[in-house]
Amino acid sequence: MKRHVRASNLMLHSITRVVTFVLLAFSIYLFFAGHNNPGGGFIGGLMTASALLLMYLGFDMKRIKKALPFNFTTMIAVGLLVALFTGVSSMLFGYPFLTQFFDYYDLPVLGTTELSTALPFDLGIYLVVVAIALTIILAIAEDDS
Amino acid sequence: MINLPVFPIVIPALAAIIMMFLPKNVRLQRGLALGSIFVTLLVSLLLVHTVSNEGILTLNLGNWPAPFSITLVSDMLSALLVTTSTLLTFFIVWFAVHYFSTAYEENYLYVAMMFLLVGVNGAFTTGDIFNLFVFFEVFLISSYVLIVLGGKGVQLRESIKYLLINVLASALFVMAVAYLYGAVGTLSLADLAQKIPLVDNPNVISVIGVLFIIVFGLKGALVPLHYWLPGSYVVAPTPILALFGALLTKVGVYSILRTYTLLFDVNGTFLQTFLIVLAVLTIITGMVGAIAYNDVKLIIIYNIMIAVGVILYGIAVNTQTSLEGALYYLIHDMMIKAVLFMLVGMMIGITRSGQLREMGGLITRFPLFGWTFFIAALSLAGIPPLSGFFGKLLIVQGGVGEGDLFGPILVLISSLFVLFSVIKIFLNGFWGEERRQYDGPLIPFTNRLLVPVCLLLAVAVAYGFGAELMHPYITQAIEPLTQPELYIDAVLKE
Repeated sequence: MKRHVRASNLMLHSITRVVTFVLLAFSIYLFFAGHNNPGGGFIGGLMTASALLLMYLGFDMKRIKKALPFNFTTMIAVGLLVALFTGVSSMLFGYPFLTQFFDYYDLPVLGTTELSTALPFDLGIYLVVVAIALTIILAIAEDDS
Repeated sequence: MINLPVFPIVIPALAAIIMMFLPKNVRLQRGLALGSIFVTLLVSLLLVHTVSNEGILTLNLGNWPAPFSITLVSDMLSALLVTTSTLLTFFIVWFAVHYFSTAYEENYLYVAMMFLLVGVNGAFTTGDIFNLFVFFEVFLISSYVLIVLGGKGVQLRESIKYLLINVLASALFVMAVAYLYGAVGTLSLADLAQKIPLVDNPNVISVIGVLFIIVFGLKGALVPLHYWLPGSYVVAPTPILALFGALLTKVGVYSILRTYTLLFDVNGTFLQTFLIVLAVLTIITGMVGAIAYNDVKLIIIYNIMIAVGVILYGIAVNTQTSLEGALYYLIHDMMIKAVLFMLVGMMIGITRSGQLREMGGLITRFPLFGWTFFIAALSLAGIPPLSGFFGKLLIVQGGVGEGDLFGPILVLISSLFVLFSVIKIFLNGFWGEERRQYDGPLIPFTNRLLVPVCLLLAVAVAYGFGAELMHPYITQAIEPLTQPELYIDAVLKE
């Protein structure tokens, strides 16, 4: 029975490949847009998690684990560490905890860009959100095995 | 070092995050947990020292000016409570190292304990009412993890109740903050204190005040909002129970103390009567519960309610003396409840039963254990040289000074009930004959487990004997409570 379902999944597989790509690109756009437009680490992270979830739905668990060999629990810790270190780093220079710094740089492709330390903080949130969403879903999915 | 107030929050958080990388390495977890809490303890002692020399320390996170940023405020009250909670967590984690099996420790036990400490220290330090809510959630979510960890049937049942009631309380908290923001338009405690007297309709503020009592009463188990407490605490494993019993309800009490001295004008209004009635009801219910049960854990759990009621009575009277008494008693009670919960947990671990009629004769086999319990019991009841005495004395004096007789007499009678309930444990559990052959899992570890308990008890006894030395610190901690201008000026300095 199961094998029959698998065999007819060609449509789902092909669409998943394209749609996941679009979703991931859009989530990364949302992540970087957060400073001046709606978006940011939280929504970007959720969007990435949903893109990865689509992959889990389209293919089987084993194959995705091979493609994405992350331990999501460790990823939560990495995200927290990145966010906390952005806060602590301003303390090293004698400023209060979580002080933000920014400056303008001339980057090769993007032109003059504002880079701020809010971005690594957002990256921390992004990682935590992706990892927590996937940890919850995968923990429930793998529960009965 | 301007960042001093943030260290008691950041250090345990950093340690907890590092521990998440290697959940299976139990030795690293233990070492890192104990080491980081010890460093936190040193930093918080430094904080007490700095505050006593330089007055209230404030830190505006992100370097934004005061009412617009999250301000961390370390006055002496919060510095003392941060030190106490860190000290307790240190000894409780030490106890947990010997108490739990490796299977327990591998499932992020210490990570959850450290985040609980982060939440509690943050709630004591923050100067912003919404940030207080966030830190409440930090330690509540850790407490959900800790209460369900182990996955026994009763734990699952009680954690659902605990979770439901706290989700409800948190929703009410958000609503109360929303009303307050709607009425006043700011969230910083100092700014609120400055602007609340200017609000046109004082009845709105009274309603919000009552709503905050309901919220913090649900966290701190005031009657009639206490019904979740006995069931959910009794199923938690001993070190977790000690952590909860010593810290969680006391954060609710601290929040009442802070908001009611700073934001709401209590003296002579109906809010004062309301608080006194709640305190009296809490003491009476705790007294009834403490003598009604024969289960050692439940007896101590109902003693939490008596203590919360007594402290709340001190807060409600709201004079210099009674507030000093409330703070003395709060610090004493945090330490002694942790000691007692660890001791009764050991009794259960040795006899395999929580019922007093199935115990007896423990003192012939474990004399040190028995006498430790005896001293802790006397200290809890407030026998003069020990730590519970001065707090209650000042609370009674404060109450009598305001012309109230019923409250002080009730506080004194409650001491008798407390003494009766813990001496009942001592007489039935430690004296007499052994009822049967005890074969509990903790027997080989008794001496190792007693070390942290005895050290914590020694600190509590020293706190009682050194009450005179503590007095300047307590007085300094009360200053911003009786004169809110000090707090407001420190935060909103021009």
